[in-house]
Amino acid sequence: MDWIDLGLVALRVVVVFVLLQVVTILLIWFERKVVADMQNRVGPERAGPWGILQTVADGLKLFFKEQVTPRKVELGLYLAAPMLAAVPAFLMFMVVPFGRPVRINLGGQERLIPIQGADLNIGLLYVLAMSSVAVYAVVLAGWSSGSKYPLLGGVRATAQAISYEAAMGLSLVPVVLFTGTLSLSEIVAAQSGSLTFFDRALSLPAWNVFVLAPSFLIFFIAAVAETNRAPFDLVEAEQEIVGGFHTEYSGLRFALFFLAEYINIFTMSALAVTLFLGGWSGPTWDGTLPLLVSAILPTVWFMLKVVLFLFMYVWLRATLPRLRYDQLMTLGWKRLIPASLVWLFFIGGAMAVRQFGLPWG
Amino acid sequence: MVELVIFVLMGAVTLAGAIGVVRARNPVYGAMGLMATLFALAVFYVVHLAHFVAVVQVIVYAGAVITLFLFVIMFVGVDRAEDLKEKLAVQRPVALIVLVGVVVLAGVLVVTGRFDWVISSGEPPVVRGTIEEIGENLISIGSPSDRQASRWLLPFEATSLLLIVAAVGAIALAFYRPRRKDEPPAGPDTGPGS
Repeated sequence: MDWIDLGLVALRVVVVFVLLQVVTILLIWFERKVVADMQNRVGPERAGPWGILQTVADGLKLFFKEQVTPRKVELGLYLAAPMLAAVPAFLMFMVVPFGRPVRINLGGQERLIPIQGADLNIGLLYVLAMSSVAVYAVVLAGWSSGSKYPLLGGVRATAQAISYEAAMGLSLVPVVLFTGTLSLSEIVAAQSGSLTFFDRALSLPAWNVFVLAPSFLIFFIAAVAETNRAPFDLVEAEQEIVGGFHTEYSGLRFALFFLAEYINIFTMSALAVTLFLGGWSGPTWDGTLPLLVSAILPTVWFMLKVVLFLFMYVWLRATLPRLRYDQLMTLGWKRLIPASLVWLFFIGGAMAVRQFGLPWG
Repeated sequence: MVELVIFVLMGAVTLAGAIGVVRARNPVYGAMGLMATLFALAVFYVVHLAHFVAVVQVIVYAGAVITLFLFVIMFVGVDRAEDLKEKLAVQRPVALIVLVGVVVLAGVLVVTGRFDWVISSGEPPVVRGTIEEIGENLISIGSPSDRQASRWLLPFEATSLLLIVAAVGAIALAFYRPRRKDEPPAGPDTGPGS
């Protein structure tokens, strides 16, 4: 660990930080445009070409707005909650690999630089830990606002997060069983090459989604619920509880909640891509294309796959009505968790057969 | 050096959080203090390269247990003032004796030199191995001659005993009410409403 290594670590952190903010700016614009298209409207179009700078303008506006502090708030936690929302959102993406590791000669020494914030060997657990910490922001914001609608939003958020975290964790176990690792970069590596079926190579990539489709489905539903997005947005249901947990927030504090929500959407999409759609893997045509293009292409594939998921998020929001509270709980506890347990048993059995052979064989 | 700085910083956070747990008037702040303590402990685990334990600590305690605490606090209502009068007469003297004992023990350990402020003299100890190996090191009895294998068995079992004692104690304290002289012996389900 010399100074160049430290500098590279710092550089990666800064790159992820900037990437997430740029992505948020584009994502909010993307959502507004797509929803507008689906509802036969024009959407933002004044700021910049196709209105692409609309989010920048909105952000600047929020920056200069007064930050109202209601009289009945618990000040300490009220101020801490927006930060508690933003910090885990940034930290969660740190372990997601969004490009192929590149080899660079630096300081007279060949170095392999992973294109991700940090390559943890327990990356998947780290993601789960950060997503469970992210719940606190909503709960504390709801409670500390000293107002009834935010409190209702906070209680709803706790119940929803506990219910769907279980389903999400269980849906990830088959992935770990199948790939045999908790490191996200190794999970991506395990999905390279083409799919084999009884030792015959099929013309499909070896992505987990083809083998573990039920896990993928459960993970995606749980991810939508975990990010409090429609149709699971009871936490901030405008028609029932005004804005839910962020009703009493304004100005930059509100902007932090907004930022965290969209970063979480992006991170969950990136995770779905990493765990089930092969992450950054894709054709790079090494040797035929210039070196720089080959190095950047994996990141392009990654982003394209992520945009697919982001579109699904927006599509869900534009088309599905909100679930009732009992429907939310029924779906979580009576459908997703039993389904993921049954699937886990099945995959466990299949893995045991693959390793030890049939019990009567 | 880095280890020492992290130890001092995170030690301060641990202590501040722990004091907050017992000092906070508002149970929500108490729960937050507990979370700060558990987080700082997780950082200690990371410093000792036990990433797995650190992350599991955050998932289990910060993710599940304290979320449930907050859930309960919100439903029970936090504006009801907590009764801070000590009901157990022996509680404070015993606590004082235990405190003195812990301080003396720590002093003896430091003075007799069986405790270093910074463990690593050079390279930090690197823990390698799969989850299975860690589990075997933790609880496998091994052969009697192999002292390495069973080194962590006793602490491990003692921890589980400690947890059971703490759980039983918490339940006993929750149901404990000092009987007044003019009152008949109270059953376990005698709440304030009945």
